[in-house]
Amino acid sequence: MKKCKLVMVGNGMAGVRTLEELLKIAPALYDITVFGAEPHPNYNRILLSPVLAGEQTLEEIVLNPLDWYAEQRIALHLGKKVEHVDRVRRVVRAADGTAADYDRLLLATGSNPFILPVPGNDLDGVISYRDIADTSAMIDAAARYRHAVVIGGGLLGLEAANGLLRRGMQVSVVHLMPWLMERQLDDTAGKLLQKSLEERGLRFLIGAQTKALVGGAEGRVQAVQLADGSEIPADLVVMAVGIRANTELAERIGLYCERGIVVSDTLQTITDPRIYAVGECAAHRGIAYGLVAPLFEQSKVCATHLAQFGIGRYAGSAVSTKLKVTGIDLFSAGDFLGGNECEEIVLSDPTAGVYKKLVVKDDRLVGACLYGDTVDAAWYFKLLREARTIADIRDKLMFGESNIGDTGHEGATRAAAMADTDEVCGCNGVSKGAICRAIKDKGLFTLEEVRRHTKASGGCGSCTGLVEQLLMFTAGGDYSAAPKKKAICGCTDSSHHEVRQAIRELHLLTIDSVFRRCGWRTPNGCASCRPAVNYYLLSTWPKEAKDDPQSRFINERSHANIQKDGTYSVVPRMWGGETSASELRRIADVVDKYRIPTLKVTGGQRIDLLGVKKEDLAGVWRDLGMPSGHAYAKALRTVKTCVGSEWCRFGTQDSTRMGQALERALWRMYAPHKVKLAVSGCPRNCAESGIKDVGVIGVDAGWEIYVAGNGGIKTEVAQFLCKVKTSDEVLEVAGAFLQLYREEGWYLERTVHYVARVGLPYVKQRILDDAAGRKVLWERLQFALDGEPDPWLEHARAGIDARQFDPVAAL
Amino acid sequence: MTALANGWRAVCRIDDIPRLGARRVARAGAVPIAIFRDAEDRVYALLDRCPHKGGPLSQGIVFGTSVACPLHNWTIGLDDGCAKSPDQGCVPRFAVKVEGDVVSLDAGELARSNARGPMECSSRPSPHVSNAAPDEARRR
Repeated sequence: MKKCKLVMVGNGMAGVRTLEELLKIAPALYDITVFGAEPHPNYNRILLSPVLAGEQTLEEIVLNPLDWYAEQRIALHLGKKVEHVDRVRRVVRAADGTAADYDRLLLATGSNPFILPVPGNDLDGVISYRDIADTSAMIDAAARYRHAVVIGGGLLGLEAANGLLRRGMQVSVVHLMPWLMERQLDDTAGKLLQKSLEERGLRFLIGAQTKALVGGAEGRVQAVQLADGSEIPADLVVMAVGIRANTELAERIGLYCERGIVVSDTLQTITDPRIYAVGECAAHRGIAYGLVAPLFEQSKVCATHLAQFGIGRYAGSAVSTKLKVTGIDLFSAGDFLGGNECEEIVLSDPTAGVYKKLVVKDDRLVGACLYGDTVDAAWYFKLLREARTIADIRDKLMFGESNIGDTGHEGATRAAAMADTDEVCGCNGVSKGAICRAIKDKGLFTLEEVRRHTKASGGCGSCTGLVEQLLMFTAGGDYSAAPKKKAICGCTDSSHHEVRQAIRELHLLTIDSVFRRCGWRTPNGCASCRPAVNYYLLSTWPKEAKDDPQSRFINERSHANIQKDGTYSVVPRMWGGETSASELRRIADVVDKYRIPTLKVTGGQRIDLLGVKKEDLAGVWRDLGMPSGHAYAKALRTVKTCVGSEWCRFGTQDSTRMGQALERALWRMYAPHKVKLAVSGCPRNCAESGIKDVGVIGVDAGWEIYVAGNGGIKTEVAQFLCKVKTSDEVLEVAGAFLQLYREEGWYLERTVHYVARVGLPYVKQRILDDAAGRKVLWERLQFALDGEPDPWLEHARAGIDARQFDPVAAL
Repeated sequence: MTALANGWRAVCRIDDIPRLGARRVARAGAVPIAIFRDAEDRVYALLDRCPHKGGPLSQGIVFGTSVACPLHNWTIGLDDGCAKSPDQGCVPRFAVKVEGDVVSLDAGELARSNARGPMECSSRPSPHVSNAAPDEARRR
């Protein structure tokens, strides 16, 4: 078969990334030809600043060496600028006459620096700061001349100024606006930045307008003249006043352009379906993105269409800026300037070089500007994107996510201060050195990529902030973005919310029907989405939807916890943590009979039999004669209790009976994630009710109910929901809250994250203000649990495939 | 079970394996074999030991032509035994024959596999015989 021909114009990061994605999924579909105007293979443009500052070499920032193009059999034309495209005959022609036919054309022409229209802008020594040639010209000038002027106090301008300063030049920065980096920083942060850069030796002319560039005897620039008539000596002028999408070629060949080449959600130009555009030259829904992460998202989507899969849509990205100007951490996102009807929460510590401003509107975080300490940037960005109410955490907001508790990396918050051997990710044992090496060697740019390659932050996620900092140091500042809507997994574009909604509104009862209605691209999903969809079906339509054991994780399929050696653990249920002599005797006999190696008391007041062979599970359950403890399931685990008023001299309520009543009412309850309860008989709280999904504390006049606590990765203290008088009320409130979570929570979302997402006021409104609604929720839960079988003792009714316990054959 | 010609040994009927599921074939003194059945009723056999930390692949969730290891969620291809990028490693795979509804493994190959290194990774696709057209195009 004759291969299709793909031609790419532009050899930069977004374009080559698209080719890489394409070659991954359809390696043999195209004969590929690439035209690049620069005489270099694809390199990391973000790292030009370290090259200028002398910290890295040009060789080190190359992303795809020439060998790569050869291995991929890509015909590479370097240093050849494409002048024309004949869209009828489908031929691309470069300035030197080189031509290439195409079936598909990919435009990745990037952007051009904006050159101020002032007299003298074409003099020798006047350059922009965009590519390797500019960088080399600066390095060269620094060796021969003394005075440099940078026009533009944005990120690029400041990086250029810093680099030239480091190379020994005297540098002045001319900036038209009232403070530096006005598009990323507010005035306070901008002025802090100016002060700290002045201390390093940079000179600033703020609010100054360039009128002309004055030339000397040999046609080289000699001075910059400002609008007020003053002149600054300059042997080198760097213009860094912004970039414009490079649409020159696209316009010449009649493609519709606005801010960039206008493309659809499939990255196809709206003018010619054979032509695609990605990167800084493309305008998607009116936005031309300049950050790496959104551009790589585009690359991914574009590749699937070039591969003729016809899947994936690019729906735009929410963007934040997290960057580093010469060693100073900066972050901003959203409406960080505030103003009308906004409130501001500000922390300012000039001596320590820290300034943080959070902009709040209608109880929601709408903007953030951080200077000097950006460790919580990812958290603020998440709050901003999810637009969740912050009323309940307002008093803690400024102090960041870590003040709630952080484990696994010794509480480190500054990645720069860590040694290469220090562990960043405590879950997967990944060191700082390993992460930095992977970022460098494999050319990683996004958190997601670092996670896939190193597993760092892929466990509990509490080191995410550190990993992001490492990405910034190693790959450059410009990576932070997130899709506007998060899909369940790579099989679909639908979000958890959309899938739940479809199941409810369309009365869907099978996984297949969900996959069809919600646009799954894979025939039978994956290990992430199938358990989620199975849970959504069962929790939305109890007694109607049928469980699919093959869509459950092994623990829920075999009703025991798999261990690292492939054996299982068995935790029988002990109501409220109370047991008896006969139960203990049976447990002891089972341990002897099946030679179970380890017997352990758990944190939830149960006994764990560890190291049971799979073929022994059914026998162990039968001989124990105790109900399933569901320690293996996303379900109600345990209700922990203290002894309470029956024995305790301080007890005010019978917490053990209360806990047992709760456990009997709620056991067999599957949920988006595990659910743990506790009941304490007095405020001394010996059952640790303060860190449970539902915590109940007995007081003299009744019971206090707390919700959404968590003792895990981040210790989260449960929040007070209400106080009630009777144990029946405890059952109804706790049950209604858990049913709400069951119906609205996303799979693998703990109650703490569910409540954080919807806000405690919403929960109070549904559970406390709406008494009738509360009763309905509680009744729905009772309906769902009524008559549910015990999986350990009623295999057939519980739909357990008992064949799994034995080998199918022995050879 | 019955020994057939060419060393094929019948191990079960196809319906003994749940669709999108797996069963184990025990072996005296050796790691068991995991036999998988996909949505199209194709059957695959791999050594029941993940190349990562030795997890029993037979206990994982089967989707498409892959299985997710139950211990750390590595994804292993059923037709090549190899971990999905960027993870690296392969598990030995074995020939499977489905005739009528009888699933057979090659006893000779199993015996030889005891002798060779458990993590060996070959680029040759494993012979795969089924009652469907053998060269039927694989779905992506």
